[in-house]
Amino acid sequence: VTVSPSYRDGMRAIAPIAPMAFLFSLSFGVLAQAAGLGQVAPIVMSATTFAGSAQFAATAVLGTGGGALAAVAAAALLNARYAPISLTVAPSLGGSLASRFLQSQLIVDESWAIAQVGGGRVDRRLLVGAGATLYVCWVGGTVVGVVGAELVGDPERFGLDAAFPALFLALLIPQLNTRKAIEAAVLGAAIALAAVPFTRPGAPIILAGLACLIGLRR
Amino acid sequence: MTDVWLTVVLLGAVTVLLKSVGPVLIGGRELSPRVLGVVSLLAPALLAAFVAVQVFGGARELVVDARAAGLLAAVVALLLRAPILVVVLAAAAATALVRAFA
Repeated sequence: VTVSPSYRDGMRAIAPIAPMAFLFSLSFGVLAQAAGLGQVAPIVMSATTFAGSAQFAATAVLGTGGGALAAVAAAALLNARYAPISLTVAPSLGGSLASRFLQSQLIVDESWAIAQVGGGRVDRRLLVGAGATLYVCWVGGTVVGVVGAELVGDPERFGLDAAFPALFLALLIPQLNTRKAIEAAVLGAAIALAAVPFTRPGAPIILAGLACLIGLRR
Repeated sequence: MTDVWLTVVLLGAVTVLLKSVGPVLIGGRELSPRVLGVVSLLAPALLAAFVAVQVFGGARELVVDARAAGLLAAVVALLLRAPILVVVLAAAAATALVRAFA
């Protein structure tokens, strides 16, 4: 008998990476503070944008005097992947418009990856349980970061930046159960790496998404 | 409004829209088999791209640095069928070690 996953299963599944997300967002708070964003704006950004790489990019542009439009453009490019990602979540999110809208805000790379149940499907409870856990860690980490900015050094010392690809690799392996999935993975990685030297950050990931078009082939 | 707050508001609005576009427009309905066939390949394609870019991506260049040691440690841990927590910690520890001694 297969029991459908609960919210708690989502929380449990994301537990290994939640402390990393907390530290990552703590370092965002520290950096945003150093870049002159003040204390409240970084917290509001974490609560409304809730997407790590985009927040770091916007902060970097603002910190170097790039202006609001350049900051938003750079960060929006990083977040453009969420349009196709939200499409894959759509069949699993029913209910009223308001509840669909609110639950969709818990989509981040890690919660989406954790919630995969095969065949391109996403489990709603896993997504919401994992996403809500990450949201609390993310906003909480930012608060601790902006308040205790000068106490923390460089988080890269702890190898934090290697923890996230390790998680994605661990979540990728069970996805590779068909020939086409393996082809899409290899093609996606190749496109992304080939694009890195020629595009702005964020674009390689979006271009890699095009690898899924091999699904049109019979 | 200052540049900082303008960025916070605009980026927040854009991201909220991007995340909600699928569920708001077609939430709860089934995708056609043809679309599902394409969409089901998005997870492996993007996950592989995340791994590749987050390990070897630099500022407009590809680099092999301490993160590669982390990836190697993750692969070894996965081959030993370690739980995800161990995989993640092994990658972070290997990268931190290489950074400390290199």
